[in-house]
Amino acid sequence: MPSASTPAHASLPVARPHASAVAARRRWGVHAIAAVRYAVLVAGGLVMILPFLWMLSTALKAPGSVLTTTPQIIPRDPTLESFRVVFDVVPLGRMFLNSVLVTSATVLAQILTSSLAAYAFARMRWRGRDVLFTVYLATLMIPSQVTITPLFILMRQLGWIDTYQGLILPGTVSAFGTFLLRQAMLNVPREYEEAAFLDGANHWTVYRTIVLPMVHPALAVLAVLATMASWNDFLWPLFVTNDADLMTLPVGLSLLQGEHTTDWNLMMSGAVISVGPIILIFLLAQRTFVNGMLQSGLK
Amino acid sequence: MVGDTGWRRTGWIALFILPSLAGMLLFVIGPIAASAALSLYHWDLLTDREFAGLDNFRRLFGDEDVWAALRHTLAFIGGYVPSVMVLALLLALTLNSKLKGIALLRTAFFLPVVSSWVAVALLWKWLFNPRYGLINYGLEQIGIDGPAWLFDKGWAMPAIIVTSVWKDLGFVAVLFLAGLQAIPHDVYEASSLDGAGPFQQLRSITVPLLRPTIFFVSIISIINSFQVFPQVWVMTEGGPAGATTVIVERVVKHAFSYGEMGYAATISWVLFVLVLTVTVFQLWLQRREAFDA
Repeated sequence: MPSASTPAHASLPVARPHASAVAARRRWGVHAIAAVRYAVLVAGGLVMILPFLWMLSTALKAPGSVLTTTPQIIPRDPTLESFRVVFDVVPLGRMFLNSVLVTSATVLAQILTSSLAAYAFARMRWRGRDVLFTVYLATLMIPSQVTITPLFILMRQLGWIDTYQGLILPGTVSAFGTFLLRQAMLNVPREYEEAAFLDGANHWTVYRTIVLPMVHPALAVLAVLATMASWNDFLWPLFVTNDADLMTLPVGLSLLQGEHTTDWNLMMSGAVISVGPIILIFLLAQRTFVNGMLQSGLK
Repeated sequence: MVGDTGWRRTGWIALFILPSLAGMLLFVIGPIAASAALSLYHWDLLTDREFAGLDNFRRLFGDEDVWAALRHTLAFIGGYVPSVMVLALLLALTLNSKLKGIALLRTAFFLPVVSSWVAVALLWKWLFNPRYGLINYGLEQIGIDGPAWLFDKGWAMPAIIVTSVWKDLGFVAVLFLAGLQAIPHDVYEASSLDGAGPFQQLRSITVPLLRPTIFFVSIISIINSFQVFPQVWVMTEGGPAGATTVIVERVVKHAFSYGEMGYAATISWVLFVLVLTVTVFQLWLQRREAFDA
């Protein structure tokens, strides 16, 4: 950015009258801009953080001290009571495990099917390949809501409403994931696999030991995006589950609000349980998350 | 490739493509075709489906509730897209530097992005609570008597827009940040040698060079906003008095509450038409720019 370049050229021997005065003014300007930046960022950061603190604070309050006209940001008598009660009101523990199971199965399967297909699209030559790839890309144009009604009917006919396969299977393929990994695999140099093929390796070995390790960053991006999408998905689990024991956390949370419209301490403790894990994963793999969001935006 | 001929070669290709292709046919491509077919039927899933011809489409054009949902969706876009773009651009400009502690601040803006929509919507429903919510408390402190927000026909949509801007700000800022970092450094250095100040640089370098990014970000924001749903479902369920119904909400209501699968599918195609229109417009504009250049 502009400010960063100032010190470098300030030392250039430019013969200009009042050069030092200009430099001083500019240095002052640089500091002023830095100060404004900090102010904007800190104010903005507070607007982002404060609601989360309020979520946590409400979750730690006793039922009687939630509805106060003067809000207590720091609960006077913090208690974990809501976290205990909320597990009795809806099977939140079960829902948490459902979310973990559905997310891990979906992500693993999506990575497997997408990377296999990407290998076929990027590293193999066959008739109809480019046509099929175009079809994959074309499906990205169609909003997922278009498919949701027939998909729901299909699940009913298969008897898969309120089952794990109903929750998981539709998310196990991804045209976007296939596209993302294909682009990465196109960049793997041919020489590596040619040598391997000469040594008698087959496609599976090449896929496992050469291509997959070389597209590791793209795999990580897909893993992060798929985890976020699956953990937070609402529309599909809403369609495919009626039984609270099969619901994932987002649907369970919306159920909670239907039954306990004013128990904000319960709802906020449920919200904390739902956002906690994904925020933790985000903090651990921040760079991959940000890269992933970038790629999902650029598709 | 050595020895890879005939059925063996076909076998390998099948092994790699079939897991994905089978799933795509069953869960994506099949349902797309089925959705188109479904729009020609009446079907409540309890009795046999009944061929309806173009009934559903005729009904669609006369359905005041769908038109209202479309208006609300467009109102959402009209409020959300410009706000999130301007704020995200400002944020990206301030984040695009090597100030101390910036990584920590950057993290703060991503917390809402990674959180689930249901949790965020519940949280903001609580914040917007007319009596006990933090927002009206804050307004009261500066002498403003806050509205009933989600219970007020005029304020419910603005509240949903504020919530959505808050959630997506970090995401949109990342897209802008990528665009900003692609602008070569020496452009700024050269102009600064010529005596250009930071605001002049913003006006005559950053914004013009960022135009493709701004254009592109506005397109994906619009496309994503057509599909606005979880925040509406959790915060208002389309209320009060139908003031915040949106298109996806119509699809869900007709499929679930009214058991009209064919009509639900028909409404979902409205979304496709909207997305297609914006995409075609984008391509047309890009081509025109390419010719102008």
